[in-house]
Amino acid sequence: MSKLMTGANILVECLLREGVDCLFGYPGGVTLPFYDVLYDARVKHYLVRHEENACFAAQGYARSTGKVGVCCATSGPGATNLVTGLVDALLDSIPIVAITGQVSTKLIGSDAFQEADTFGITRSCTKHNFLVKSAADLPQAIHEAFYIAATGRPGPVLVDIPKDVFMGNAHYEPVGEIHLPGYKFSSEGHAGQIRRAAEMMWEAQRPIVYAGGGVISAGASGSLRELVETIDAPAVCTLMGLGALPSSHPNFISMPGMHGSYAANMAMTHTDLIIALGARFDDRVTGRLDAFAPHARVIHVDIDPVEIGKNRAADLPIVGHLGPVLGKMNTVLAELAPSSKARRAAERKEWKEKIASWAAEHPLRPPVSDTEIKPQHLVREIDRLSGGDAIVCSDVGQHQMWGAQFLRFNRPRLWLSSGGLGSMGFGLPSAIGAQIANPGQLVFALVGDGGFQMSIPELATVANHRLPIKIVVMNNGYLGMVRQWQELFYNNRLSAVALEGFPDASMLAGAYGFPGRTVDDPGRIGQALDDAVRHPGPYLLNVKVSSFECVYPMVPAGAAIDEMVLGPPKAAAV
Amino acid sequence: MLQTISVLVENKPGALMRITGVLSARGWNIDSLTVARTLDAAQSRMTIVVDIEPVLRRQVIKQMNKLINVLQASDLTESLAVRREMALVRVRATAENRAGILRDAEIYGARVVDATADGFGLECTGPVEKVEEFIDAMRTFGDIDVTRSGIVAVSMESRKLRLAPPVQAAANGAEDRPGC
Repeated sequence: MSKLMTGANILVECLLREGVDCLFGYPGGVTLPFYDVLYDARVKHYLVRHEENACFAAQGYARSTGKVGVCCATSGPGATNLVTGLVDALLDSIPIVAITGQVSTKLIGSDAFQEADTFGITRSCTKHNFLVKSAADLPQAIHEAFYIAATGRPGPVLVDIPKDVFMGNAHYEPVGEIHLPGYKFSSEGHAGQIRRAAEMMWEAQRPIVYAGGGVISAGASGSLRELVETIDAPAVCTLMGLGALPSSHPNFISMPGMHGSYAANMAMTHTDLIIALGARFDDRVTGRLDAFAPHARVIHVDIDPVEIGKNRAADLPIVGHLGPVLGKMNTVLAELAPSSKARRAAERKEWKEKIASWAAEHPLRPPVSDTEIKPQHLVREIDRLSGGDAIVCSDVGQHQMWGAQFLRFNRPRLWLSSGGLGSMGFGLPSAIGAQIANPGQLVFALVGDGGFQMSIPELATVANHRLPIKIVVMNNGYLGMVRQWQELFYNNRLSAVALEGFPDASMLAGAYGFPGRTVDDPGRIGQALDDAVRHPGPYLLNVKVSSFECVYPMVPAGAAIDEMVLGPPKAAAV
Repeated sequence: MLQTISVLVENKPGALMRITGVLSARGWNIDSLTVARTLDAAQSRMTIVVDIEPVLRRQVIKQMNKLINVLQASDLTESLAVRREMALVRVRATAENRAGILRDAEIYGARVVDATADGFGLECTGPVEKVEEFIDAMRTFGDIDVTRSGIVAVSMESRKLRLAPPVQAAANGAEDRPGC
């Protein structure tokens, strides 16, 4: 027996059935009926201070848990403010359902107050989107949205709901089965290809596992570890894949690419077999594509066939979900191990020694100074307190790269970073979502002074909910990464990168009712971080670091990844 | 070189935009586009002609296939396929050239769809080259007005044949369409 319900009630019912326990949003005129139902619903709504941050917070929730994150915004400016967050989720394959209000159906297309063509605007910003035209269509759209967001290659899905649809009545029927004839994804992977891949892994003399964010979103870290250990191959994890293999694992090298380690990039250049798992040969990883891994054959496993052969041709493609594919692959590898493992042992040892010698030649070593806090030193101090177990949410820029270089992650879903889109202002709001999803967990927002100033309004959200996030601002007074490029490639003509006018941290945090502090003494940074972590609530630590430090190694734009700049030019211009 | 892509798509609002978006996002201009319902009113068939560098064509078709509303996108560029276009041409006729217009129309197998004292409306269907030759022939008679349909194409390769089931007796479940 179906019940007559309003669209708004149907929406909340659908959210509950999807297991949604919280959502991040900002109300407005056309979402009033929805917020009225939320008033006493069993879904906790977190009011952010800007819709973009609602999407970032939902991402923090999704990235740290693997569950679908939900955000909502009103029509017009609310919806357009979500756009950056949606594209960010699209590029990093993060499952998000965004609910936006829309003007009433009869007003659509009339330039009504707070009207924007959200369906049109977000078409290319989402994996899929819906415009719901009647309350009766809501259950189908909402459940399809969650299904599409979470399955296959995850991504953001937006559901645009006009005000009269929220208010209209319909008989609510639970949706049984999702039927999307055009939505197809292969999950199992081709058994013959998997066997051939396993054979190639045993044939290779210098294999390398190149693990991306797909391993984490597939929940396949355990299988990755088993594979790495079975064939005893060294492994690199991309920016999105950090934590897929524990940083302390003896086979783990580091992140490869533009700011990857010397050892990782040399290993990628000299390998004879790249085992790419849920990674997409991004330009930040490959450098100049035609010089990338010139001796390597490529096994490429990805759930999205579009990624196969997009940048680098795959000698052996496998389209499938990494969970089942790696499971089967490990079985075949184990079958073949008795005849192969001993035979390959000497080669593997030699290969790992070679990589170790590269690592010894140019190690990632944080510089330390007595007079100023080196940014890498700060990251090392955070790492000391984290011990590889804290969630670290970063913004975008130098601090992000140093974080990726120097932070350890014992497991996946600890390093939350805007990888593909590189959205500044991601760190603090994503930390909000991550802290809400993981109440007992130590969460750092490691942000630059640029990105932090894009998300200062969310300090109110942090204060509101007493979220014990440790906000660490790596403050060099500049948009550091842009400044670095101006220094290296534009004759040090520093154009529009000085961030003067940063507020007093203790007054800023104090204004929101929690402690804040500025440190600039390298002798005190350790203690200051200890104090911040020991404090039971939120804490803002503004760390003044050297202004002119650059991230090295660095692969200049257009160079091959073995053409790294390993340190500052001898006669530094600064 | 122009490429022909055939797309079977769910007949839903926004589906056309999603598909053309794959092309416009890369700054490619569509040469021609036709869309119409299939036997199943819930589906449409699109034929897109676009100038894509051949290396990227596979990528683009994969991206189209990834769209939720797309049931199947296939490349007809190098496959056995029939491509046809229709042009509707209005040509001004004088007492002197009326007979000439009609003679040329007949050569191209064009049909007269409208005739007035001022001129003719002519319909020509066929391969693109033939239609273009017809248009050129008509231009020799003076000012003309042309509307072209764009190409519709159908694959003649048996494995790409998506047969519609026989039309069922009206009484029993016309919506039940197994195997399609």
